[in-house]
Amino acid sequence: MNAADLAAWIRHSAELVSADAERLTRLDAAIGDGDHGHNLDRGFRAAAGALPEDAPPGKVLIAAGRAIVSKTGGASGPLYGTALRRAGKALGDAGDVDAAALGAALRAALDGVRDLGKAAEGDKTMVDALAPAVAAYEAALADGADLAGCVRAAAGAAARGAEDTVPMQARKGRASYLGPRSVGHMDPGASSTALLLRGLADVTGEG
Amino acid sequence: MVGIVLISHSPTLAEGAAEVARAMGVGKAVVEPAGGDSEGRLGTSVDLVEQAVAAADDGDGVVLLADLGSSVLTARMLIEDAAGGGVLLADAPLVEGAVAAASMAATGADLAAVHAAAESAREHRKVS
Repeated sequence: MNAADLAAWIRHSAELVSADAERLTRLDAAIGDGDHGHNLDRGFRAAAGALPEDAPPGKVLIAAGRAIVSKTGGASGPLYGTALRRAGKALGDAGDVDAAALGAALRAALDGVRDLGKAAEGDKTMVDALAPAVAAYEAALADGADLAGCVRAAAGAAARGAEDTVPMQARKGRASYLGPRSVGHMDPGASSTALLLRGLADVTGEG
Repeated sequence: MVGIVLISHSPTLAEGAAEVARAMGVGKAVVEPAGGDSEGRLGTSVDLVEQAVAAADDGDGVVLLADLGSSVLTARMLIEDAAGGGVLLADAPLVEGAVAAASMAATGADLAAVHAAAESAREHRKVS
């Protein structure tokens, strides 16, 4: 894939987040502070408007990440912004992104989110969608899947990972103050991570 | 002098905490509030925090205090981006940490000492 494909992913993500903003905000209202969908909508709109022309793929992601950090407003801003910027840095100045490079970028994104948020799997956060997605991507890559196949595997694992947060008790963020009362709700950050990876699968599946 | 930046979801909370900290810093400590999002609502603005850090930094470094959630993540992210060592986040409650940091900064202490003073605020118990 190239810079245009990644720019298309950011624009498609902005559409998906906008269409799902109410649902994400409702999830967040159950255990968080009730702004996740609308914050992310603002952030991804800004990202879609900040995409550079004639820049390599890595720079596209870094620009999107910077816009998300600046405009999102909630905890998801620094987290998704860091994920995109780390992924962009991992891609470097290469003009074309193959399956291995995209896998390394996803791994860098996961490491960035973990470093910043200090969350582990099982804490009921976006890490519970992103970590299995990266693992599934890498497993598909090792099995010889092409880029679209690897992304499909990642998107499926992220969706299952988000579902798996329902019975978890939150250990990070506002939801953690609720203790056992955080059980029984899907984590909004895990849900939006699954949405973004589904968007990536949509874009890469068209090629 | 080491500067202090207070990051809160609320503009008025950041300003109020800065008011208290400045008083305890006997009018000498430089305490900059960075509260709310870019439109003055509850939230966090990385741009406002960056502006506050620039305003607080005279070259001796800056200690950040944050309330919770996105304030803390934004502070961590800025420090990671800066990577120069001149900005530190104190692992401390906002108001108590701000007062401790301002008190120490007003003595002309260095960055490490002001940061340590802010973190010592965690140990000040209110019952027993």
